[in-house]
This record gives sequence, structure tokens and C-alpha cells, in this order.
Amino acid sequence: MLRYVLSRFATFVPTFIGVTLISFAFIRVLPGDPIIVMAGERGMTQERYDELVVQFGFDRPIYAQFWDYLTGVLQGDLGTSYVTKKPVWDEFFALFPATLELSICAMIFAVALGLPAGVIAAMNRGKFFDRALMSTALIGYSMPIFWWALLLIIVFSGNLGWTPVSGRIDLLYFFPDTTGFMLIDSLLSGQSGAFTSAVRHLILPTIVLGTIPLAVIARQTRSAMLEVLGEDYIRTARAKGLPPGRINGLHALRNALIPVITVIGLSVGTLLAGAILTETIFSWPGIGKWMVDSIFRRDYPVVQGGLLLIAVMVMVVNLTVDLLYGLINPKIRKR
Amino acid sequence: MSLLRLRNLSVEFATTGGRFRAVDQVDLDVDKGDVLAIVGESGSGKSVSMLALMGLLPWTAKVTADEMVFDGHDLSKMSARARRRIVGKDLAMIFQEPMSSLNPCFTVGFQIRETLRIHLGMDRKAAQARAVELFELVGIPAPEQRLKAFPHQMSGGMNQRVMIAMAISCNPKLLIADEPTTALDVTIQAQILDLLVRLRDETGMGLVLITHDMGVVAETAQRVSVHYAGQKVEEQPVRPLFRAPHHPYTSALLAALPERATDKRLPTIPGVVPGQFDRPQGCLFSPRCPFADDHCRKVPPAPRGPDLGLARCHYPLNTDERLAS
Repeated sequence: MLRYVLSRFATFVPTFIGVTLISFAFIRVLPGDPIIVMAGERGMTQERYDELVVQFGFDRPIYAQFWDYLTGVLQGDLGTSYVTKKPVWDEFFALFPATLELSICAMIFAVALGLPAGVIAAMNRGKFFDRALMSTALIGYSMPIFWWALLLIIVFSGNLGWTPVSGRIDLLYFFPDTTGFMLIDSLLSGQSGAFTSAVRHLILPTIVLGTIPLAVIARQTRSAMLEVLGEDYIRTARAKGLPPGRINGLHALRNALIPVITVIGLSVGTLLAGAILTETIFSWPGIGKWMVDSIFRRDYPVVQGGLLLIAVMVMVVNLTVDLLYGLINPKIRKR
Repeated sequence: MSLLRLRNLSVEFATTGGRFRAVDQVDLDVDKGDVLAIVGESGSGKSVSMLALMGLLPWTAKVTADEMVFDGHDLSKMSARARRRIVGKDLAMIFQEPMSSLNPCFTVGFQIRETLRIHLGMDRKAAQARAVELFELVGIPAPEQRLKAFPHQMSGGMNQRVMIAMAISCNPKLLIADEPTTALDVTIQAQILDLLVRLRDETGMGLVLITHDMGVVAETAQRVSVHYAGQKVEEQPVRPLFRAPHHPYTSALLAALPERATDKRLPTIPGVVPGQFDRPQGCLFSPRCPFADDHCRKVPPAPRGPDLGLARCHYPLNTDERLAS
């Protein structure tokens, strides 16, 4: 087991170097000059421009710049933002809890609804419930996120007035960032109504972000369940006279979980990295919004560092998923 | 009253090409301590009829029967819930592929204790003790350790023993074994058959053995029911059947036994079992029967009397007159 984990970690090395290289190259390929963007409409003198070029190291050859970046990263230094002059590391971890909180909620929403929906659809294969559920899932999957978000805002915030339009909490409340997670901080603050306000702010973003994973998980669970339900050991379970709930929920689901866990793992990756649209629409102060802003500002260290951290996060999630396989299916455990 | 009594059992499958009748008006009786062998080629409906009895067919199957009485209960008139109290407890079944018939995600111990806890309401400790006892009964060495193993960590023969232990865990009155030895190698086959017969002797349960191995039949069965294309074509006690088969199909099956071959070439039955679209109008065996005439091809035969092995044939073989002539 330990050897397996270590060998998986070894595959991190080339991925890691590849990601640094791609993120480094990607932002430099984009047209635009960070110094000119910084100067804004006012512009700057040629002397000041030349001074800044030297200061940022743009006068040196590109491979030397990459080497500087890579050695910095390996020493735990992701650089400093051109715009805010703060270390990328600090900025990322100040904003990351917001994204993590939203992603976790969206994932819980997607799994809690998607898994049972898939199981029930498989049990009622071909019947009305199955068809209704699967066409809804297809709609959910193909609906553009920004449109879906706007629809929900119009109905629930605009017409019904049930939920707030944007942000993480009402401006009435103020308390220090203890954990960075609004749900926990609002509880810790002890202010009445703060927690409810945080929850109400979370509802719409959670639904919007969780819709696509929900649809994917429901469909994947259904097809995996259908495959497993045709297996010999399910016939054995029925021949033992077990109740259908136990057959479907334990004997079949445990075997069907492998492909489902895979898509859940992949979804976690896209949630962390791909909350960009949702965060922008709901003015959610997370890393998605931060990354988009940084790309527009050509803030090289932020884009490079942010991409790298997200990539590492996705790699860790994938490793966790691989380890979960063995936990669920003992056949995979021995290598 | 016999333990199992099937009358006019039919199973139809709804397919894209219309209805397909896999089991056609089958009557069967099994008593306590009986060993009934059901033989026939692939596609003759042997397994399907027993799966129908167990209620294990997919939803595309439509099961009809005048009587499907097991131990005094008419299974066809029971609710699914009431039926589950009998299936797996008094009426158990083992299958052809032991390797894929056990759930790969759970230890064999979990799978056997589960049955005991659900049907007999045993607590963890009692179920564990009974599981150890059952493993010893079916000849699995080191039962405590084996109970912790997963199916993929054991051989096919061991897994079939686990299946048998699971099936007999609640002292069933009838055990159905659906080709229990087909997937195993020859030495293990004999062990498994011995085990089944020994368990029958010790517990007095009825045993239905589905097989297409006539050698297995001769060694283990008391009565033989020969099936062809969904119909029961003949039924006799094992000795008379081997000595004087009445249906040409039975006769042809026996002639195909290597032990009985007199020629260098093994005799075969030409053709295959009719499928959904080439079902003959008259006798189902007529296209492959060496004795068939126009009457056979037009009129389906009804089962003959018990003295002729209930043979579905217009011209049964080995009748007294023929033997005399």
C-alpha cells in the first residue's frame, strides 16, 4: 500500500514540471504587456518603463526567467503579485476557503441528490420516473451555467425575494476571518442571524455550481447500477431472499461506486478550478474570480502560481480517488 | 403431497421480435430426499424453469402456472415479500459460475452471515459460529480464516463450496443446483457432487440437479426429467431411462455418451434446438428426429402415460410390443 502511494507520488514530478512550464508559457503567449496594463490610461515615460522591465526581469532570456520561477517554486516562493504587491501564496490562501466552501457545498448537493436519483432510476429502468429523471439530468447538463444562474436569480431573488443576489453574507454582520469558511465563522461569531444569512447566500451558488456534477453523477450512477444489476452475484443476492433495498443499496451500489467515484473525483477538480463563472455571477470572492481578474491584468506571478496550486489540488484529489478504489473494491487493493 | 409441485409452468419472454416461449407447459414433482436431474441441451429451458420457480427472472419474463406449490405454499399467488421469506431459506439455489456468483466487494463470511441474520434473526456471534460450522460441513479447511477472505482470493471449487454453504445455511427443504460443476475441473466436479449427495443424505432435503452431463445423472440422480426446447419430453427413474428410453431425443442423448460409442466416430444429434423463429408446427423434435414422419411434422404429440415415461412422442421407442417383435 505504502509503495503504491509512493509510486503515485512519483508520477507527480513530471506533471508538476509540465504544469509549471505550461502556466509559465501560457500567460506569456497572451498578447499584452503587464507594465503597460499597470500604467493604465495615463501611460508612463520610457525611462520608467525600462526601469520596470529590468525590475521584473523581462530583459533576461526567457529560459532564465523560467529557471528563476522554477527554483523559486521549489523553495516555496510563488512570487509577488505585480498589482497588489502581496505574495501569491498569501492571496491564494486568503481567497481559497471561499472557493472550497462553495465547492464542498456544491459537491454535497450533487452527491446527495445524484446518487439516490441514479439508483432509483436504475431500479425503475424504462419506467416514467427513470425517463423523467434522465431527461431532467440531460437538461441540467446541457444548460449554460450563466443562463441557469440568471434564471434562478430572477425567480428566487427577484420575483420571490427568498435569497440574496450576491456576496457571501449581509453587510450588517462583521466578524474576523477565523477559518475563512463563512458558515463556521458566522457560527463562531455568535451574532444572531449571521449563520442564516451565510446559508441563504450559499444556496443559489451551490445549486448553480452543483447542477452539472449532479447530472453527471446521476447518469453515471444509473448506468453503473444497470451494469451491476445484471451480474451473477446480484442474482445470488436475490436467491438469498434479501430485500430489494439491501440488494440495490448495498450489494449493487458498492460495486457501482467505482465509476461514480471517478466522476466525483473529476468533478471536484473542475469545481475547484471551474467555479469561475459561478463566482463571477454571484460576486463570490474566491479564486476563480481572482484568477480571471489576474489574467485581465496580465499579473504573471498570480496566474502562474494560481494555476499551479489548482493543478496540485486536482492531483491530490485524483490520488485520493485512486486510494478510495482499493477501499471500496478489495480486488483492486492487491497489486 | 409432494414438496414441490409444478403444473403447466410456462415462461414467455417479451423480445423485440415478439414473444418467445422458453418454458412450455412443464409439470414437475419433487419429494423430500428426492434427487431429480433435469437434462437437456442449452436452450431447452431447464434453468429458466427453475429461475422462474425462484422468482429470479428479469422483468421481461412472464411466468404462468396452474400450480407452483412448494411446501404447501402456492408461490405464484404470494406477495414478493412473503415469497422472500421462503426463497433463500427453505428453497435455495446454487449456480454455474461460482467465481462471479459471489459479490467481489464483501468477504465470504459477510455474505454467509447475512443470510443467517436475515432469515433466522441470528446475532453476530451466533451467525459467526454457524458459518464456521457450515464451512466445516462443506469441507473448507481453516474456516475462521477463510471466512475473512474475499471471493477472488479463493479457487473456483472453494467458491462453489461457499455457495453451497450459503445455500444450505438455513436448512433448506429443496436445493436447486444449476450446473454446479460445469465451470470446475474434473476432480473438483466429483468432490462437489459427492458433497451435494452427502448433504442430501444427511439433511433429507430434496435436490434438483440441472445438468447436461449424462455421466453426472447416472451417478447421482434417482429420477431424470429430459427437456427439449422448453418442453419436458420424458421423465423416468434413472435405471429404466438408461436401459429403455422412450423418447427418440433421450435415446439420441444416451447414444452420444462416449462410454456407449461403438463406432470410431461419436454419434451426434444433427441440427440445433429450434429458436424463436424456426419453431416447428408439430413435434418440436421432428426436424432432428430419425423416426419422424408427416404426422409428427404436423401434429404436436401429447405426453404419453407413466408406463411410457410421459414421453411426448407419437411413436415411443422401447415399448413392449416393439421389444417383442
